[in-house]
Amino acid sequence: MVKQLKLNALEEHLHDGMSILVGGFMCVGTPELIIDEIVKSNVKDLTIYCNDSGFEEQGVGKLIKNNQVKKLVASHIGLNPYAGKLMSSQEMDVELIPQGTLAERIRAGGSGLGGILTQTGINTIVEKNKQIINVNNQSYILETPIRADLAIIYGNKIDQYGNTMYRATTRNFNPVMAMAADKVIAQARHMVQQLDPECVHTPHIFVDYVIKEEDSD
Amino acid sequence: MTRQEKKEFIAKRVAREFTDGDVVNLGIGLPTLVANYIPEDITIYLQSENGLIGLGPKPDETTLDKDITNAGGQPVTLKTGGMYFDSATSFAIIRGGHVDKTVLGSLQVDETGSLANWIIPGKLVPGMGGAMDLVMGAKEVIIAMTHMNRGKTKILKRCTLPLTAKNQVNKIITEMGVFEIKDQKLYLLEYNKDFTIEEIKAATEADLIIHNPKEMVVY
Repeated sequence: MVKQLKLNALEEHLHDGMSILVGGFMCVGTPELIIDEIVKSNVKDLTIYCNDSGFEEQGVGKLIKNNQVKKLVASHIGLNPYAGKLMSSQEMDVELIPQGTLAERIRAGGSGLGGILTQTGINTIVEKNKQIINVNNQSYILETPIRADLAIIYGNKIDQYGNTMYRATTRNFNPVMAMAADKVIAQARHMVQQLDPECVHTPHIFVDYVIKEEDSD
Repeated sequence: MTRQEKKEFIAKRVAREFTDGDVVNLGIGLPTLVANYIPEDITIYLQSENGLIGLGPKPDETTLDKDITNAGGQPVTLKTGGMYFDSATSFAIIRGGHVDKTVLGSLQVDETGSLANWIIPGKLVPGMGGAMDLVMGAKEVIIAMTHMNRGKTKILKRCTLPLTAKNQVNKIITEMGVFEIKDQKLYLLEYNKDFTIEEIKAATEADLIIHNPKEMVVY
């Protein structure tokens, strides 16, 4: 059985300086209730890995607005002007990496790989300070794995074991992130008894805690 | 032409680049318009890097589903036969060479096929999103953009902004013409008869090889 967590018990899993993988793509498939609780906890100096910087009032944008983020690793920050402002004033360290490289680095982190080799970013500033490896006369960038202390993900249906099924494009980064953190907390839109084993996107062994949406009041 | 007319003209011409069965990824902005003009006699499969193939038209009130979005985070619909997948699968599709054509906008393109479309240092730092993956991974890279930006040419001898990728662009389609890059040389394949060849050359910093170009047909 997966452990169910009340929102107000989330704080004991948070600490200053921790790293967090946040699922979602432009806030679609992002566990907003968990983010709200991290905002309330006011933990500082976070390193956040997310596809993008969300919007100013949505997604990881809420953590950025509350000045809790020391470093943001993302592929895109275009829709959150405040994130751009903090990047320019160097109040927040922003590392922009290609979206596919972000997905693969997280996948490597969760899969026990020492990194991945890719041609994305070759001959651009992305390759700066990275090892270039030649395979069959082609140059590849060695991109290192990403892991974090915590991953927060968003499932559409999660069963009592923690097996998780996503819906439509809310899936995005959630499955790879669930594999790459020491602790995984999932926000469940719906809790069900048991999912059809053929329809499990994230096996329960990756999910440590579930927070039910209906418990949020 | 107004700016909007130029965009529609370019989108209509890009839509004629596809063949039946193509897997295509359209970037945000002008490239998104291309979906409105796909010839009715072919079927193409639109991929969106946030995790779907089978991108359909914008939803109306009755078909709106907030869980179905495109790479710009906007609500979309899924066509019959379409499906969803996670980001790692999505980029395996892109990086593994399973996308036939990608259409992207650009700030600059040069005659060697290099492009710059993700950063203007000190000014605009949106990030590359999936653009670097798409231009490296797709079999064919088509740049769809207006020919000039505030009177300045965007087709250069060498890009001056930080690159998105080196030597990856195959075609450029603007309101002035259709250009092909082969062996690091730029060729004019088609021209818009609203412009003279001299005007097109003057609007293009790159060396342009002109050899019996055809008239650009858009309908």
